[in-house]
Amino acid sequence: MSDMNQQMAAKYQGNFLKEIEEQAETGEWVKMCMQCGVCSGSCPTNFHPGWEHPPQEIFMMIRAGKREEVLSSQSMWMCVSCYNCYVRCPRKVPITHIMHGIAEYAYRIGRAPKNQPTLHLSQTFWNNATKTGRVNEVQLTQTLYFKDGIASGIKKAMAMQDVALGLVKAGRLNLMEAIGGGHKCKDIKGIHAMLAKAKELEAQRKGRAA
Amino acid sequence: MAEIKHAAYICKGCELGSRLDAAALVKVATKDGKMPLVREHDFLCSAEGVAMIKNDIANEGVTHAAICACSRRAKTEAFNFPTVAVSRGNLREGVIWIRPDTDEARETTQEMAEDYVRMACAEVKAMKVPEGNQNTGTSKTLLVVGGGMSGMTAALEAAKTGYKVVLVEKTGALGGMAGQLWKRIPNREPFKAPMDSGVADLVAQIEADASIKVYLNAVIAKTSGAPGRFRVDIAVESGPTVTEDIGAIIQATGFTPYDVNKLGKLGGGQANVVDQLGLEALAKSANGGAIKRADGKDVKSAVFVQCAGQRDTSGEHLSYCSGHCCATSVKQAMYFKDANPDVETVILFTDLRMPGNNEDFYRAAQNKGIVFRKGEVSNVSGGDTCKVQFKDLILDEDTSTDADIVVLATGMVPTTGPDLDQLSEANRAAEGGDTTAKEQVVQMMSKSVLNLDYRQGPDVPQFKHGFNDSHFICFPYETRRTAIYAAGPVRRPMDIAQAQEDATGAAMKAIQAIENAGLGKAAHPRSGDLSFPSVRLEGCTQCKRCTVECPFGAIDEDEKRFPLFNESRCRRCGTCMGACPVRVISFENYSVNTVGAQIKAVDIPDEFSEKPRVLILACENDAYPALDMAGMNRNAYDPFVRIIPVRCLGSVNTIWITDALNSGYDGVMLMGCKHGDQYQCHFVKGSELGRYRMSKVYDTLKGMNLETERLMDLEVAITDVDTLPQKINDYAAKIVEMGMSPFKGL
Repeated sequence: MSDMNQQMAAKYQGNFLKEIEEQAETGEWVKMCMQCGVCSGSCPTNFHPGWEHPPQEIFMMIRAGKREEVLSSQSMWMCVSCYNCYVRCPRKVPITHIMHGIAEYAYRIGRAPKNQPTLHLSQTFWNNATKTGRVNEVQLTQTLYFKDGIASGIKKAMAMQDVALGLVKAGRLNLMEAIGGGHKCKDIKGIHAMLAKAKELEAQRKGRAA
Repeated sequence: MAEIKHAAYICKGCELGSRLDAAALVKVATKDGKMPLVREHDFLCSAEGVAMIKNDIANEGVTHAAICACSRRAKTEAFNFPTVAVSRGNLREGVIWIRPDTDEARETTQEMAEDYVRMACAEVKAMKVPEGNQNTGTSKTLLVVGGGMSGMTAALEAAKTGYKVVLVEKTGALGGMAGQLWKRIPNREPFKAPMDSGVADLVAQIEADASIKVYLNAVIAKTSGAPGRFRVDIAVESGPTVTEDIGAIIQATGFTPYDVNKLGKLGGGQANVVDQLGLEALAKSANGGAIKRADGKDVKSAVFVQCAGQRDTSGEHLSYCSGHCCATSVKQAMYFKDANPDVETVILFTDLRMPGNNEDFYRAAQNKGIVFRKGEVSNVSGGDTCKVQFKDLILDEDTSTDADIVVLATGMVPTTGPDLDQLSEANRAAEGGDTTAKEQVVQMMSKSVLNLDYRQGPDVPQFKHGFNDSHFICFPYETRRTAIYAAGPVRRPMDIAQAQEDATGAAMKAIQAIENAGLGKAAHPRSGDLSFPSVRLEGCTQCKRCTVECPFGAIDEDEKRFPLFNESRCRRCGTCMGACPVRVISFENYSVNTVGAQIKAVDIPDEFSEKPRVLILACENDAYPALDMAGMNRNAYDPFVRIIPVRCLGSVNTIWITDALNSGYDGVMLMGCKHGDQYQCHFVKGSELGRYRMSKVYDTLKGMNLETERLMDLEVAITDVDTLPQKINDYAAKIVEMGMSPFKGL
C-alpha cells in the first residue's frame, strides 16, 4: 500500500491538486471552489472534535499542496452525507462526493488515519456486501458489536436485546443467517467478476496498477 | 413695454373646494394680495380652466398670474404660460393633503391656505418673465481630450449623431492604454477567454470618419470662453498652434499605472517583477506564443499579486480599489494557460472582485487550472527565481512560493491637472513673494490638461484621490465646469467596458450642453431654464464672494474687478445670490425679493394666539419633492409651518432669515441636501456653502437676544418622505416649548 503512496507522490511531484483531480472521485471539482465558506457554515456536524478542517479549508489545503495533512486528515471521514453543503454550494461543487472521493483515495494508498471508526464501518460493510453479493445484517451487526472485544460486544448485544427480539418476532431478523455464510446471491461468481472488471476499468482510467 | 396686470386663480378641484373656504381665499387674494383680477374655478387644470387663463392673458392683458392650486411640481404642462410670470400657491400637496379633514383642523388649515395665497400673490408681483440668455454660443463642435478607449468612443458616438469632433491626443498614436494591451477582458458571451481589444478597429473608424479631426502629439494650450463658444488653442508638437471653436468638451485623459518602483517591498523595480502593463508588453512580443521573460527565459510559473499598492490603509500608497485588476490578472494568467496549460499560475488575492459577467470569466479561469489563493503578500523578491512571501488567510499561516515571474496588480492614477485648492494656495503664497511657491505654481501649471482661463483655475476641480470631479450620485459625467464632461478612468477607476459606456454617456451630455447653450438655456440640473443671474453693478462692493463661491466657475472678474458673469457656464443655482452681502444679484423669476416678499406676506398672529409660525426654506431638488410626496401619502404635519422652495440651500441669503425672525416668525428651518464627501447636492457645493453661511447667522441671533434653536438646519434626502413630517412636528413642538418670539408685532 505504501508502495502505491510513493508511486503516486513520485508521479505528481508535489502537484497535489492534479493528483486529487485525477485520482480521487469528483476531485476535478476542487479547483472550482471559490472559498465562500457556505459549505462550512452549512455543515450540521458543527465541526465537533475530529473535524480538523472544514471542506473549504480542505480544498484550499489541496491547492496549497498539503498532501500529507489532507490525506491523513480525519475530516473527510466525519462527513455524515447530509448533502447540505452540496445543495447550497453556489458553484455547484459536489462537496459530499469529493469528501468521500478523497477519503477513499487516502485509504487506497494507505494514508487514511488508523483506527478510524467510519473507515472500519465502511470496510466492514464493503467486505460483508461483496462477499455474498448482499448485505448480511446479522453478521454485519455482529462484527461491529464485537469490534472492541468479547466483553464490550456482549454488553452492546444485551443492551439491544429487546429491539432484536422485536425484529425476530416480526420476521425482520433471521438469526440463522449468523451460521455459515448466510444466503447468497444467485450468481456470486458473476458479481465478483463484475467488481473485478470495475476495478480494472478504474485503474485504467486513473493510470495506476490494478 | 406692455402694462403689468396681476391676476390670481383659485382652484376648487381635488377637494380644494370642499376642504377650504374658496370665497374667503378670493377675498384674501383681492384684499391682502391686492390682485385686480381674481377668479375661482372648479377644475383649473382642465382644458376649460386653462382656456380661461389663456383668455385672460390674451384679452385682459394679464402678465403675472398667481395660480393657487397644486404644487409647482404638479400639472406643469397645463400651467405652462411662457409669456407670463407664474407663481404657484401649493394648496393641495402643501395644505389639504397634509392636514386631517376634521372640524378641529379646519381653522388652521384655512389659515395655512390663505397664507399660501398671500405668498403666491406677493411672489408673482416680484417676478419677471425670463428673457433668456442672449449671450449664446453657436459652435456645435465637440472637443475630446485624450485618444484612448474612452476618447475614441466618445468621438465616434458624437460623430455618429452628426456632430463634428476635434480629438486631441498627447502621444503620436491613438489607442491609449488599451492600445498597449495584448487582449482585453471579454465583454460578451461566453466570457471565457481574453478578447481582441478592438482598438485597431476604433482607430480605423476614426480615420475613416470625415467629421472627426484628429490632432496627434498635441496638447491644449488654452481654453477660453463658455459653453457653445469655447476658443481652444491646440499646440501641436513641432507645428503651429491651431485655434478651434468648440461647443463642449469631454476630458477623457485616462490614467497612468501607479509607479511600481514605489512598491519596493513587493519587489517593484527588481528583475522579473513587472506590473500588469509590463506583462502586456511581454505578451504582445510573444504574439500568442509562450510568454518569455525579459531575459528571454521561458516562464514555468507565474504569481499574480493583487492589490499591489492599492486599498492601502497606511496612507503610503493608493487607498482605493481600481476595480479592473482582478479580472485583468485572470486574463493575464489565461495568457499563460492558453499557450501552455502546464505553466503554474497562482493569483494571490485578499478579496477577489469580479463584477457582472466577470464571474463567468473567473469560473473559466478556475476551470483552466489557475489557482486562486486568499493571501496577504508581505514581501516579494525578484531575480532569476522570484520569491513571494505571504500569509494564507484561509489556512492562517505564513508561507511562501517561488515563481519565474511576479506580476503586481498596481492601481490607476488619474491623469488630471493640478489640484485647484493646492494651486490657489500656492498662488497666494507666490503673490506674497514666496519664490519656492512661484516655482511650485509653474510646475503645477505644467500639469494642466485643459488650461482654462477661468478665474477658478486651469482645470476641472478634483474630488477624491485626485480623480476629476463628477457628480457621482446622480449625474456621473457632470463636472463643476458647465459643458466640460469627464469620462473614463479620469473620473473614477474602471475597465474598458465601463469606460466605453461612460464615454457614450458623456458624449450625449455634451451634445445636450451644446444644444442648450445655443438656445440660451441652462444645462443640467435646471435644464431649459431661461433665467440667469444679473448684477446691479452700482451696488457691488467687489467683495468677490460671488466669484469665489460659484460652484461652477461661471463668474470671472473684469478689468475693474467687478464680477463678470458667463451666463452659459451658469447652472442657475443662485449660490451667488445667496452669497451677495449687498444683495445686488438676482434672477428675473427668483431673487431676494421674490422670496423676501413671500416671507413678509405671511400673516403673523400675535403672541397670545398660541399660533406660532415656522418658516421652512426647502431645497427644490430633494426636500420639496419629499414634502410633496408626504402630502401624496397623506402624512400630516404641523399647520404652523410655511414652506418656500429655494433653488438650492446655497441660494439662501441670510437676510431672509434675519428678516423672518425680525418680523415675528418663531423659527426658521432650512432643508438642504447632504454635503461633504458623500454629498447629494445637485449643485455639488451649494448646500455646503449655504450651511457655512448659515453658521454665521447664529451670531446674529445672539445679537438679537434670540435662542439659536430658532434656526434649524435639517439634512433632507428625497427618500425621507416618511420621516420628514415627524421631524417638522418635533421642531414645531420645540418652538412651542421655547415660547413665542418676542419680535411679534414690532
